[in-house]
Amino acid sequence: MTGHRSPGVPILRLGDVLVTGLLNELDDRAAIAFTEELTERISAEGARGVLIDISRLEVIDSFVAWTLMELTTVARLLGARVIVAGMRPPVAITLVELGIELVGVETALNPEQGLAALGWRQAPQPLEGARRGTAR
Amino acid sequence: MSTSEAAVRERLTRALQERGEEIADRWVELQMEQALLDTDIGEAELREEADALFEALVPGLQSGVPVDRVVTSTPGLHEAVVGLSMRRARAGATPTATSLAVLALKEALLKAVQRDTRDAEELFASAVFMNRLLDVAGALSFETYVEGREEIIRRQSQQLMEQSTPVVRLWRQVLAVPLIGTLDTARTQVVMENLLQAIQDHEALVAIVDITGVPTVDTAVAQHLMQTVNAVRLMGADCVISGVRPSIAQTIAQLGIDLSTILTRGTLADALAAAIKLIDGPGPDGDEGDGR
Amino acid sequence: MALPGESILASRGAKRPALTEDRRPPAPATYPVRTEEDLLSVRHAVRAATVEVGFGLVDQTRVVTAASELARNAFVHGGGGTVTLEYPRDPRGRRGLRLIVKDEGPGIVDLDAALTDGFTTGAGLGHGLGGARRLMDEFTVRTGPGEGTVVVVTRWLAW
Repeated sequence: MTGHRSPGVPILRLGDVLVTGLLNELDDRAAIAFTEELTERISAEGARGVLIDISRLEVIDSFVAWTLMELTTVARLLGARVIVAGMRPPVAITLVELGIELVGVETALNPEQGLAALGWRQAPQPLEGARRGTAR
Repeated sequence: MSTSEAAVRERLTRALQERGEEIADRWVELQMEQALLDTDIGEAELREEADALFEALVPGLQSGVPVDRVVTSTPGLHEAVVGLSMRRARAGATPTATSLAVLALKEALLKAVQRDTRDAEELFASAVFMNRLLDVAGALSFETYVEGREEIIRRQSQQLMEQSTPVVRLWRQVLAVPLIGTLDTARTQVVMENLLQAIQDHEALVAIVDITGVPTVDTAVAQHLMQTVNAVRLMGADCVISGVRPSIAQTIAQLGIDLSTILTRGTLADALAAAIKLIDGPGPDGDEGDGR
Repeated sequence: MALPGESILASRGAKRPALTEDRRPPAPATYPVRTEEDLLSVRHAVRAATVEVGFGLVDQTRVVTAASELARNAFVHGGGGTVTLEYPRDPRGRRGLRLIVKDEGPGIVDLDAALTDGFTTGAGLGHGLGGARRLMDEFTVRTGPGEGTVVVVTRWLAW
């Protein structure tokens, strides 16, 4: 728990949903720190849903994939549903060829659809501004 | 041996310089006569090839380069051989015709030498020398031909692949890609790339992969289909496979391929109906729907 | 609103004019893999190299991902090592990028098992070797108990 290095994206709370993202510059320690911090927040805030924007990730190797799967499993045990949103096409192709299916991880095309799946209704006007702030 | 080789080189050089016209005529004639060129390479082009080749061959003979390296290391000569082989490859000549074309040159050359001398020993030395000189050209020609054909095949299959995998928008947020022909690794990569990009561009929620035009489904094809479906899912969209004919369904069952996690439909129309239901109906988990 | 994620359109089917015929390919370069930070540096270097060779975005991602898997293997199982980048041409003149990943670790005892998906002796999914093999065009391993491991992978530019 010591020596946390922030993965760079703050974890925001929207009602009972936590919204965060991963940056391209993600090393192993940052990935582990991210998992720990997110897990703590899920538990502390009783979150029911977690949205992780991965549209910035240019590479997902097996380690990052494993981190996402583990996070999903842990969150589920804590009662929260995780949605990973915005995977880039080249990343999806590479993962499939690598032989990784991200078993159990729910995906969405973009954060908006991810939030909708987590029960956020789209009320365009007020959300429009909030959306920009949360997705990044 | 080396003095006589020098003499042979001298003799061939002179033959090419003095009887170049005649040798070229003979060579072109031989090629036409052997009906080796079932292509539209005409006599004029053959003459041009001959002129270019002879022009480069003379300095090659005059240089001190060992005989079996003359063709490969004389500037211009290498290019001339590669050039004529490439032309034949592109024109669709058979590989045998292509390398025989180079070998027919031997006959034409020897004929010319024969007119200059009747000395058996000298003729023999010339023939041996020419064999060593031109066998390299024959080999190079064959190799170039094969490469040329491969290049053509690659280009064509790439073009075909890109043309034959159009992604069409069927409905709001529903895309379809009709597959025609076999689904190999290269094809799968093109399909995935086009489909995933289209999903992102259109913010599509469902992608229909129609396999009506796929003749057979074996384990490899099924695996490629699975890969495509998985990639679509990773993007956050759903995938429906349509065009599953009874015979294909049977094959899949007999092969023991598990496609149970994939939504399949017999026709594209049924697949579209399923896709629309996926979008407009309650969310797949049935909990919140999408609020519309 | 779609995310402002970069379009891959620019790379599709586009034959980038990088590394034109008259330009010499860059000299081979070797990068250490001693720390976790080194893994990131290797990724950056490989990404830059793929751009230099002229790969499209999907191929760039394949090669960088393979590099990441192999470098991590060298770091986790081999106790550190090096990654060397080379710019080969095949006999037909096709350009490519080659990664040579070396470590002086204990070596791989059962190579067949290591190439099987799901096999791992450390944290992770065990997709490292087999995955890298699928992402690249050519793949060779030289290893043995106590001999360290050298993995050489190459991806060629599509025509």
